[in-house]
Amino acid sequence: MKAPPRAFIGPVMRKEVRQIRRDTRSLVFMLLLPAFLLIVFGLALNFDIKHVPLAVVDLEGSRLSRGLVEKFRTTEYFDVKATLDRTGDIDDLMAREKIKAALVIPPTFSEDLLAGRSPSVQFLLDGANAMSGTTAAGYAAAILQSYAQRTTLEALERRGAGGATLPLATQVRVWYNPELKSARFLLPGLMAFILMVILTTSTAFSIVREKERGTMEQLAVSPLPASALIVGKLVPYVLISLASAHLVLGLGGVLFGVGVKGSYLLLLLGMVLFLVAGLGQGLLISAVTRTQQVAFLLSVLTTILPTFILSGFVFPIRNMPAVVQAVTYLVPARHFLVVLRSVILKGAGLPAFWEQMLLLAAFAASTLALSVVMLRRGEGRGPRRRAGRAA
Amino acid sequence: MPEPSIVVRSLTKRFGGFTAVDAVSFDVRRGAIFGFLGANGAGKSTTIRMLCGLLDPTSGTATVGGFDVGREPERIKRVIGYMSQKFSLYEDLTVLENIRFFGGVYGLPSKVLQARLPWVLELAGLNGRERSLTRTLSAGWKQRLALGCAVLHEPEIVFLDEPTGGVDPASRRRFWELINGLSERGVTVFVTTHYLDEAEYCNDIRLIHAGRIVAGGGPRELKAEIIRHPILEVATDRPVDALEVLRREPWVLETSIFGAALHVGVADEAEGRRLILARLAREGIVPDRVDRIVPSLEDVFIRKIEEQA
Repeated sequence: MKAPPRAFIGPVMRKEVRQIRRDTRSLVFMLLLPAFLLIVFGLALNFDIKHVPLAVVDLEGSRLSRGLVEKFRTTEYFDVKATLDRTGDIDDLMAREKIKAALVIPPTFSEDLLAGRSPSVQFLLDGANAMSGTTAAGYAAAILQSYAQRTTLEALERRGAGGATLPLATQVRVWYNPELKSARFLLPGLMAFILMVILTTSTAFSIVREKERGTMEQLAVSPLPASALIVGKLVPYVLISLASAHLVLGLGGVLFGVGVKGSYLLLLLGMVLFLVAGLGQGLLISAVTRTQQVAFLLSVLTTILPTFILSGFVFPIRNMPAVVQAVTYLVPARHFLVVLRSVILKGAGLPAFWEQMLLLAAFAASTLALSVVMLRRGEGRGPRRRAGRAA
Repeated sequence: MPEPSIVVRSLTKRFGGFTAVDAVSFDVRRGAIFGFLGANGAGKSTTIRMLCGLLDPTSGTATVGGFDVGREPERIKRVIGYMSQKFSLYEDLTVLENIRFFGGVYGLPSKVLQARLPWVLELAGLNGRERSLTRTLSAGWKQRLALGCAVLHEPEIVFLDEPTGGVDPASRRRFWELINGLSERGVTVFVTTHYLDEAEYCNDIRLIHAGRIVAGGGPRELKAEIIRHPILEVATDRPVDALEVLRREPWVLETSIFGAALHVGVADEAEGRRLILARLAREGIVPDRVDRIVPSLEDVFIRKIEEQA
């Protein structure tokens, strides 16, 4: 009367649900911590640069140069903190962090501009923070460019060349995230990052805890198949993390205005694959470790850094060396990030990310299968006896 | 004579350079209470773990319930029950939930499980406490519940690895009554313990020391083996000094300390008593009493281990 493996899943699942329910602290941790982290990091992580303190040195003082200063005054990207007479004063202000940038208009500004020569306007930047520095320089360049174009056009029109156009004018239009808000770009990554860490740590304890308490040994001498144990442990965690992921998704919409543009069903499918991948990684860690401390360390090491650095969350993958790029394929958050950005920001369909879906499914399936194999090999070998395996 | 429940031949387990179990051989009769006795680290648990399929033997063979340990571990799992040193119950589940879970783990249909429930509760004496969390139970109750869960599926062979550790004497006695009950129903019980007095409950015993079986037989045979000379119990408040003095005398065959008393083996009871009193008097030791005692199994084992060394 050999029962099929799936007959054993029910009892394991029921037992897990009861244990999770009684462990209120862990349940709260799994359900609410991701939402809490999203709020905290979501508010803190902001790459948008606004109100950069600026000093202005207008060496000409003409109508045109004052017009340019006015442009910097009215934009929210810069705050004009000081108007100086000499360029020599910039140094001191920059060093004391009173200003982060300085605009120097040369005495020949109007002359050059009207003569069609490029006036050499100087824009000095505090490059200590390279990222925000680059962004601020971009804003400044854009302001200068548009101002120069407009004045040149006006000058041409006044000379009677009505309806004149410039030979070349670039029109940049940004899709999917027109205001280039960093929240839109960062939020999907943040979601994947937070979920990955919580997923893996929540299952990383589940088997190793039983090894430490000795119940694993009891299961090892029973006919319970290792596969039933893994599946029975997995299912309740999938349901809990699904709830948690929806909470995170909802918060992203309400708090940060990042709603789901595309198909919810596709997103749900990708989400389930990602959740199983993350939980599978935790189960695998739990199957190969002997103590909860080691399991915790491993799950932190294999999620936080890889997900932060190698998922494309912050650093673009295409700029990495080929070897590192290859490694990124082993980071489930990388694939989920593509799914999230495609569905949430672009409203794209399956053709845009079917490869990522397959990779996620493959990662999930292989971690689960490996967990079963490792569990069978090390059955019940608790903390003490493990050494015997090598003999 | 029916086929033995367990047949072990030259079973050996080495961990690196350390031999935990060294060419051990024995048979366990069907329905017997087989005691595997030895100190911590003697190789008891390693043997039991090999027989349950938890560890692969380095060499040698063993069959359990007719199935080979190395080749058919999955079949063995269906005919054995196992209770480890730690109580392998889920402390955060209730009594009933634990029983149900282990029923499920052994693939018991719910009807069978329903029928077995009252029996386990009765055996563990936990009627009325079905809904208590297991962590709130005392050690004795946990132990009986663990036994109940281990025999829920009515195995023909039960392995108990140090089942009585950390349990009070009254509970221990009650536990051995349960084991007797199992044996009467035809279940083979393989039990390890380092409490030598518990060997009296077994009908077949092996003493294991440093991975080797050094003595074996029924408790009575083992005792008979040593009643070749009388043993006198010397009660004194200075047992250590008395031991130091007596062990050097050529007419003293063996000595050992049991609590506040000294056990001294001599060739003749009356002569021995006279010599002991005279020798101790010279050291200023006056024993409270000197009695001839029936040797306990502990005397047997201490002698056997000393012979080995």
